[in-house]
Amino acid sequence: MSTSQSKRRISNGAAFMIAVFVPITIFLIVQLFSDPAVFLTTILKSLAMGSTYAIIALGFVLIFKATEVVNFSQGALAMIGALFISFLVADETIPIVPWWSEGNLVPIRNPIYDLGLPSWMAWGLSFIVALFFAALIGLFLERVAIRPMIGQPLFSVAVITLGLEISLRVLANDSAKLKLRNTNTPWSGKGFNIGDNFLYWSFFAAMIAAAISVVAVFLFYRSKLGIAMRAVARDQEAAMAQGIPIGRVFAIAWGAGAALAAVGGLFATEPPIKQTGAVDAETSLVAFRALPAVILGGLDSVQGAILGGLIVGSAEIFAGQYLSGYTSVLGAGYPLVIPYVVMIIGLIVKPYGLFGTEEIRRV
Amino acid sequence: MLELANVEVVYNEVILVLRGLSIEVPDGQIVALLGANGAGKTTSLRAISGLLGPHEGVITKGSITYDGKKLNDLKPSDIVESGITQVMEGRRIFKDLTVDENLVTGGFTVKDKARTKASYDRVMDLFPRLAERRKGIAGYLSGGEQQMLAIGRALMAEPKLLILDEPSLGLAPKLIEQIRDIIVDINKQGVSVLLIEQNAMMALSIANYGYVMETGKIVMDGDAKKLLADDDVKEFYLGLHGDDSEKKSFRDVKHYKRRKRWAS
Ligand SMILES: Nc1ncnc2c1ncn2[C@@H]1O[C@H](COP(=O)(O)OP(=O)(O)OP(=O)(O)O)[C@@H](O)[C@H]1O
Ligand SMILES: [Mg+2]
Repeated sequence: MSTSQSKRRISNGAAFMIAVFVPITIFLIVQLFSDPAVFLTTILKSLAMGSTYAIIALGFVLIFKATEVVNFSQGALAMIGALFISFLVADETIPIVPWWSEGNLVPIRNPIYDLGLPSWMAWGLSFIVALFFAALIGLFLERVAIRPMIGQPLFSVAVITLGLEISLRVLANDSAKLKLRNTNTPWSGKGFNIGDNFLYWSFFAAMIAAAISVVAVFLFYRSKLGIAMRAVARDQEAAMAQGIPIGRVFAIAWGAGAALAAVGGLFATEPPIKQTGAVDAETSLVAFRALPAVILGGLDSVQGAILGGLIVGSAEIFAGQYLSGYTSVLGAGYPLVIPYVVMIIGLIVKPYGLFGTEEIRRV
Repeated sequence: MLELANVEVVYNEVILVLRGLSIEVPDGQIVALLGANGAGKTTSLRAISGLLGPHEGVITKGSITYDGKKLNDLKPSDIVESGITQVMEGRRIFKDLTVDENLVTGGFTVKDKARTKASYDRVMDLFPRLAERRKGIAGYLSGGEQQMLAIGRALMAEPKLLILDEPSLGLAPKLIEQIRDIIVDINKQGVSVLLIEQNAMMALSIANYGYVMETGKIVMDGDAKKLLADDDVKEFYLGLHGDDSEKKSFRDVKHYKRRKRWAS
């Protein structure tokens, strides 16, 4: 008797979810039948948007899981990563200012483009080199700004990352301003039509990149180093007692987080996020657009990052597609607000995020 | 041999907890370190393993050496690599990792895969219960199994000296016996043991030598058998004193008895 009673009882959270999801589902089914081509395009676009958010979210999660720090400089890292890609592939040079040149730029030609490879292969190799540079930046930041703060209140560390975000963004903006910084992807601007709807190849590139990132992160967490990183996340002192060098583990988390940010940054220059295919001041904002995905998913969960990214990305695209008739009421920028609305609804139902660990979230 | 000579430890720059602690753990032996709550036992172990940092503690005086190598300023990972591994108070297993993954963390400092495999097999041999639950989440193990995992994890680092901080805490008598036998087994395989215990009877029954510590220094030491027979130790640690329920310090007991002896 008592079990059947408890089965019948529906929590406030669940009731709320039903109240939100049933009308949305009905609306979507109606749309599917009224114009399948638009619906399909919107789905693919959603997946692309969600994938980009998921990549950025994974970077947040990787760093948070190891260090318990929400890294607010993820956006600047995304922009810097995209800039590196741009330097290596658009100019085909690595811009450096050596000490002997009195502040003048002495670009080094990117040797990959002299190898005589097909251009997509040269781009791919340069992309990997750029990720490597981005990871170095992550290592460097961890060493100079985060490591000295080990053991200090996490809030202070989070504020430091916010400071990093602002300073790095200023630096990146200055270098980006020089000229339109193209990321020149092999699929840039290309695509195909479904009915009247144009689908960019970048949608699919983002999905593939997200899938590769997720698999890589999963495999990493099963490696010896990855297990050590999860151990550090759970109990720093006990990890130290096992002889795990937590400083090095932090550095690796930051390096990997920065590389993921760079991948996210690349897709932030392309559709569906942007049409230009160029890095600009807005590129760094992608992290703040993805932040609701991370929080909705639960800050310390890989699955959460993926699901959060997809939910938030889909909500944004679907709202952009189907509510555009109400722009006069909602305001022109309304799709950008949707991720936060979804996050708030999600947090009302699950205060620690979809997959978040309660214990950790108390921080 | 591990040697602590006149070690002083200060927490938060003001709280002096170890006041000139000196102990020795010769190779191949089991040494027991006894003491009441708050005597500074765990602090001594943190000092040995280089784990004072997270507690805002520092060694202000004295030296800790292992086989002639000074450990005072080494990182925890270096100390583990020198052959000293600690099983921390309260087990401290990684609860959301599997049993196998916990063991991987224990073997982090060992780079040779074949040796890691050998250690792993040895642990599985020693703890058949863990072998059954290899893929299970460690947090779901029982208290006794968690203690076994904590010891197994420490063994994965191939220690020459194993330090155990109250391994019997919170375990049923039957399990305490099991843990005791395992410690003896491990010692027989050539690993020295420094054993911290509230359960003095258990510790002294397997130790070669024992130290009794109070407010940060050693107040008594000797052969384990001798300590086990000592009236003061018996009275205070083995709970064999008849008269009062009030908790006394070990030194009070001694002092009181001494006075009584003088008076008579
Ligand atoms: N991080 C810390 N900061 C300040 N004081 C501390 C800290 N850790 C321990 N102490 C103090 O140092 C003293 C010794 O503590 P310690 O944990 O070493 O004792 P113990 O002998 O292991 O006790 P128990 O048997 O209860 O485990 C205690 O008075 C304790 O309050
Ligand atoms: Mg203790």
